[in-house]
Amino acid sequence: MPLLKNDAFVVDTWQKIGAEDGMPEGGNVAVPFSRLKSEWDNLAKFPGQLGVVLNNNDDVDELAHFLPHLALVVLPFPTFNDGRSYSIAAQIRNLGYRAELRATGNILPDQIQYMNQIGFNTFEVSERFPLQAWQAAAKQMSLAYQRGLYRRAGEAEVWTERHMESAPWEEQPHAG
Amino acid sequence: MYRYDEFDHQFVRERTSQFRDQANRRLSGELTEEEFRPLRLMNGLYLQLHAYMLRVAIPYGTLSSKQMRKLAYIAEKWDRGYGHFTTRQNIQYNWIKLDDTADILAALAEVEMHAIQTSGNCIRNVTTDHWAGAAADEIADPRPVGELLRQWSSLHPEFSYLPRKFKIAVTGAPNDRAAVKVHDIGLRMHKNDAGAVGWEVLVGGGQGRTPMIAVTVRDFLPEKELVPYIEAIMRVYNLYGRRDNKYKARIKILVHEIGAEKFKAEVEAEYAKQPNQTTEVEAKELERIAAYFAPPQFEKLSRFAPAFEEAKRSNPEFARWARNNLAAHRVDGYTIVNISLKPEGGIPGDATADQMRVMADLAERYSYDELRVSHPQNIILPHVKKEDAYAIWQTLVPVELATANYGLAGDIIACPGMDYCSLATARSIPISQAISRKFADLDVQEKIGPVKINISGCINACGHHHVGHIGILGLDKKGEEFYQITLGGSSTESASIGSILGPGFAGHEVADAVEKILSTYVDLRQPGEEFLATYRRLGPNPFKEALYATA
Repeated sequence: MPLLKNDAFVVDTWQKIGAEDGMPEGGNVAVPFSRLKSEWDNLAKFPGQLGVVLNNNDDVDELAHFLPHLALVVLPFPTFNDGRSYSIAAQIRNLGYRAELRATGNILPDQIQYMNQIGFNTFEVSERFPLQAWQAAAKQMSLAYQRGLYRRAGEAEVWTERHMESAPWEEQPHAG
Repeated sequence: MYRYDEFDHQFVRERTSQFRDQANRRLSGELTEEEFRPLRLMNGLYLQLHAYMLRVAIPYGTLSSKQMRKLAYIAEKWDRGYGHFTTRQNIQYNWIKLDDTADILAALAEVEMHAIQTSGNCIRNVTTDHWAGAAADEIADPRPVGELLRQWSSLHPEFSYLPRKFKIAVTGAPNDRAAVKVHDIGLRMHKNDAGAVGWEVLVGGGQGRTPMIAVTVRDFLPEKELVPYIEAIMRVYNLYGRRDNKYKARIKILVHEIGAEKFKAEVEAEYAKQPNQTTEVEAKELERIAAYFAPPQFEKLSRFAPAFEEAKRSNPEFARWARNNLAAHRVDGYTIVNISLKPEGGIPGDATADQMRVMADLAERYSYDELRVSHPQNIILPHVKKEDAYAIWQTLVPVELATANYGLAGDIIACPGMDYCSLATARSIPISQAISRKFADLDVQEKIGPVKINISGCINACGHHHVGHIGILGLDKKGEEFYQITLGGSSTESASIGSILGPGFAGHEVADAVEKILSTYVDLRQPGEEFLATYRRLGPNPFKEALYATA
């Protein structure tokens, strides 16, 4: 699966390992959430960067105290119309997590802008759609009514625009 | 009424081009039908039995004459010359082509309208009391909150792939005409002893195959906290609402399964975590919106309108219409005109393009350019001088819009049923037509008094049969349509779910059964007692006996 970041396909530097796999010596390694919880004492000493792969029924409250130690959180979309990971992502961003937040699974181009706005910044996407389809879909709408979204260049929040003598929009550093 | 600013205009224009592009990608095969489906649904486009159906939002039911004329234009240019007004303040066009849809959306955008989120598993068109801003019993106009929520819910990135559809209704009056207790979220305005306005937040009402009355999760939420608080409710639902079974996916099931107290605790815990409880911007936005809903410059009139009284004296048919179809306005000398879309033998909620234009003209001339679409599928002129009522009635008579049955037995709510809908298990429209013919005599209807008859063509309950005083549900039994009757439902502030009376009836027996029920009521009622009150006093037995004893 190609990895999409900032409107480009990039090399994925992360290795995902399962519940039973041996831990590599180092590098960027993402483990299942169950393993993160049960093996934390060992994992805390891991020399590389750690990430976690959640299920979309995991409780973010349980994840909260791990977040400062993580450089990647992966959220699944088992089907494109299962929207739980949008809310999980919002909760994780509300907790102050600022590192990579990745969507994986059945993701369609027409959903990518919503995901960006919630705070996802990398996407494991299907090869079915060419890069241009993702690039075009990411900027379908330039306006949103909701506040507190992650905005990319050229995007604005209507209510904030209406009610603040605001400076030009600043790009969110982690939203590409 | 609300007017778009440059942002609203741009938003709807971009949304239209987005849909045009999506439809082209579907037509080219780049998107599969399964992938296109949620995209078209969130733009109001259904695939029905015979054709595509486009459902256009009429936010909180408010229309200008210009908008109504555009709806007439769309009906003629792209449909078969009529439209169907629904119980959730939308209009549906039943004969639409996919290739035309983007052009229709562009035509709607010209008059500040859209079809955004009239379908799909997202937050649907926000509805309010159809007499908002006009009703004598109102605390304050609920439409500013309706507009605030329309904007906030539009293309919400977090809540566009919910477990199931999500409906919000708002009322600013103690007498609930918006059915807030049978919505996913209902909002009721209250005023406290200090004169401040706050909102009761109700969650988990609904109909369908599991009808439920909503529970109150907050008694008096400050207005400026509405958006973040509703956001917390939505998040709890999005995370924990069931996705394994679409019939158990509405928020009512979640509230029921975990219990109201636990649900409330979850919402409060989520709300406490919300970073955006600083609500200055929401408060400013609400203030900005509210300015658009300032009441019109009403004239200072006497409560007594001599010409109106004289017209009633000299024309008994007008007097009957005035008695049944006018409602108390908050300002002296004014009245609310309820135009019945339920002529004898007609299709409830349907209006032709010509009828739409007549109503638009009347609104422009007599009602400060405003029309309303009501939950019971009628059209309202909200601000009419009593002395103009006679001229309005005279204009309505020749176009078959003067039926004097508002709120009576002929004012039936019905879904499109198997004549149009791919989900239906039975027809609704012919049943409605038969009942309406059975009670064609308006003297009889007036003698019976206020009664709500609701007909649904399947268990999904779009005709709201659960909350009809008399509810009729069309089902399929081994290839034959048959109809179950429930009694005692209500969608008002004293909401209740109707109870099944007994075995069902064949289609041709339904109107007779309704007649028996109503004549039983007339025999047993106490002076001044309406149907629902009699039913609540006596229970189902006398009605059961009347229907089944002789069989």
